[in-house]
Amino acid sequence: MFDYDVVIIGAGVSGSACARELSRCQAKICVLEKEEDVCCQTSKANSGIVHAGFDATPGSLMAKLNVRGNQMMESLSKELDFPYRQTGALVVCRNMEDMPNLQALYERGMANGVEGLCILTKEQAHALEPNLTDDVYAALYAPTSGIVCPFGLNIALAENAFVNGVEFRFYTEVLDIQKQGQGFLLHTSKGDYTAACVVNAAGVYADVFHNMVSSHKIHITPRRGDYCLLDKSAGKHVARTIFSLPNRYGKGVLVTPTVHGNLLLGPTAVDIDDREGTNTTREGLDMVLQKAGENVKDLPLKQVITSFAGLRAHEDGHEFIIGEVPDAEGFVDCAGIESPGLTSCPAIGEMVAGIVQKKLGLFPKEDFSGTRKGILDPKTLSMEERNALIQQNPAYGNIVCRCEMITEGEILDAISRPLGAKSLDGVKRRTRAGMGRCQSGFCSPRTMEILARSLPGGMGEITKSGKASGIVAGKK
Amino acid sequence: MEKYDIVIIGGGPAGLAAAIAAKNDGADSILILERDRELGGILNQCIHNGFGLHTFSEELTGPEYAQRFIDQVKALGIPYLLNTMVMDISPDKCVTAMNKTRGMFTIQAKAIILAMGCRERARGALNIPGYRPAGIFSAGTAQRLVNMEGYLPGRNVVILGSGDIGLIMARRMTLEGAKVQVVAELMPYSGGLKRNIVQCLDDFHIPLKLSHTVVDIRGKERVEQVTLAQVDTNGRPILGTEETYDCDTLLLSVGLIPENELSAGMGVLMNPVTAGPKVNESLETNIEGVFACGNVLHVHDLVDFVSQEAAMAGKSAAAYVRGTHRQGQENSKPVSIKAQQGVRYTVPDTIRPAYMQDKLTVRFRVGSVFKNCYVSVYFDQERVMQKKRPVLAPGEMESFTITRQQLQKYPDLGTITFRIEQDA
Repeated sequence: MFDYDVVIIGAGVSGSACARELSRCQAKICVLEKEEDVCCQTSKANSGIVHAGFDATPGSLMAKLNVRGNQMMESLSKELDFPYRQTGALVVCRNMEDMPNLQALYERGMANGVEGLCILTKEQAHALEPNLTDDVYAALYAPTSGIVCPFGLNIALAENAFVNGVEFRFYTEVLDIQKQGQGFLLHTSKGDYTAACVVNAAGVYADVFHNMVSSHKIHITPRRGDYCLLDKSAGKHVARTIFSLPNRYGKGVLVTPTVHGNLLLGPTAVDIDDREGTNTTREGLDMVLQKAGENVKDLPLKQVITSFAGLRAHEDGHEFIIGEVPDAEGFVDCAGIESPGLTSCPAIGEMVAGIVQKKLGLFPKEDFSGTRKGILDPKTLSMEERNALIQQNPAYGNIVCRCEMITEGEILDAISRPLGAKSLDGVKRRTRAGMGRCQSGFCSPRTMEILARSLPGGMGEITKSGKASGIVAGKK
Repeated sequence: MEKYDIVIIGGGPAGLAAAIAAKNDGADSILILERDRELGGILNQCIHNGFGLHTFSEELTGPEYAQRFIDQVKALGIPYLLNTMVMDISPDKCVTAMNKTRGMFTIQAKAIILAMGCRERARGALNIPGYRPAGIFSAGTAQRLVNMEGYLPGRNVVILGSGDIGLIMARRMTLEGAKVQVVAELMPYSGGLKRNIVQCLDDFHIPLKLSHTVVDIRGKERVEQVTLAQVDTNGRPILGTEETYDCDTLLLSVGLIPENELSAGMGVLMNPVTAGPKVNESLETNIEGVFACGNVLHVHDLVDFVSQEAAMAGKSAAAYVRGTHRQGQENSKPVSIKAQQGVRYTVPDTIRPAYMQDKLTVRFRVGSVFKNCYVSVYFDQERVMQKKRPVLAPGEMESFTITRQQLQKYPDLGTITFRIEQDA
């Protein structure tokens, strides 16, 4: 009687995690995404940290899902083949007066069940991270903290959901939601959809959809954070994620290696109105560089290769809102997913799927396939294996992106695989082509040409990220 | 493993000239490795004229200039591989490369000539704030799209940076029917050649705004607006001077960076000012038998000088392979060259007098504009040479010739210093 058992709004990391968990069940599921691809908004612009879980208030859903998500991440990264590394983290305390706050963080972490926490002296902290500021007084060490590729995680979850039968509809913006019988009618930019259950994983828009069906209003503020990314030559400046002591706007500016070997600085925290306001600002970038330098010395700031801004979906109560909306039965919120949302997403997916499964009485699917192979990275092969691959498919012998040494073979894989890339950014998030030190100066014309071979419309139609983001203005 | 006497990394103007010189100097076993689909490097997309005035006393286009060298390489029978990416070079000169037909393979070289050229500085390096829509190109990428792929990157253009590629692209985009509204330059002077400012901006009535930069980029999908502001002497935007341009394209010509990832990977020491290898009079790096030339060594303005410099590297490599490079010269005491007082750097930065040829060209750049001044050369404390110059600008590479004869008069010389002085 409904088009779908479940419609999920949003193909970010939460929506994709929910989709992947629900794809274990016998159910007709569809993900609606207003952008051209998965991982286009909050999920694509964040710190990529797998938080240990010492920051969230004990007893909160945030604390519970953070710690659970952290525990799930390693095995998930193996099942779904995305880059993840447990590196550990240090929270830097720079003076004696702040010691009670550091101690409180330690105790919060213990209460949340975070393993391995300890407070290090200045000397111990410097022994681990020689580039920590000389002002360090003490540091909280969290060995279970890690780093993940946010694109890799999001794309892996979505691809796996897709091969297990979940449908994805891009460029499909939900405009209105009405209760209809025991379910919902969703008006979208691409026609109407009906569903028995709706999962609201709409990031900074989650309050809009919640408020369409419930009289208990919630409010989400887009909280913008500016970041600077440094070249791989700076990637070993620290080996662990370096945090400041948290303040009321969040965890402050961090310095972290990324899974791909760059160094990432950020974010700032500025509340804004525009839910698409992902512009960096002079003040923001200046603050990132200044604050990053407070905890880490001798940062090679000349090695910045790009800067970007992301929006956190900050809910007024600073808590994940996950569950069926009391006055809208069948509408399941997955709202207020800000940090540690990325870390928590495997646990969020599990929780939401549990709620929906129970609600609809879904049965497990016998042929669910829980593993996925990512895009083959030839750099992980021996020379013999690599040559065998090139012999079989010469495209793997053609380097397209010089900075990241990405081959045509990897780009073709990114385009042709399930939920494949359709734009330069889509290729970039899947393969890293264009993500290196020249920021796609050399490879973009070549990547465009490869995309043009696979997509209708040719070179003239290639976009940076869908919609009106065409790269060229026309044929000469 | 395959073996060559000289492996040249890069088949652009530097690599080609180095190969020809090495061959003409008696080296026989030479291989050029080129990552692009043809020889000639960046010249292939530089279809404007003005190349070759010094070398051929003719005005050639980039592809024509390149072709003269390509023809010689072919006539001399120097082998080259196209579409071949060098992945790694080991300190003992084992080159790992890859292409579609041969896969990954290694070559053992006796000498290596680094000629990888440079890349363009991207937006991120300048921390320009704003959105990140489509329509932001480095000038060279736009040049490739227009001249080689046949696509117009945009119709309404603002350009940041008055380096030569930015100036050339201002004219090129105009000729292709785009409206180029303005070229903004952070510095109080242009980084490009004077002749390019005249021929590419003035002749087309394109304004050049010195001491200006981009302070905001708007447009979520495609560029819609770019805001410029004047900057103070520290390069910081001055509040209240903002001007917003409606446009669909921002081209960046904000500097070139020598591509030395391979060099650094094999342990070549860099000069932090040029971001290129530190070299001696033979253009040899700190690793014996590894030479560098062209834009990978330091960014040039004129390809003619690249060719000259590369020929020197080619000859040095040939001598090294022959074994005459160091014959009986072991006790030569190196003289260091220091850049001071307005001189940003020199190439080379050391001379071993016993190894040098009769004449040595020392190339350098100044750090700001100087008028009616002197380039002075000191041998230790003594000023031995001075050349009067009406104007010196950072955008124009300078050179000074030092002879072997001069150095022979100073057997105990420790340091040569280059300075810009106002007085004779």
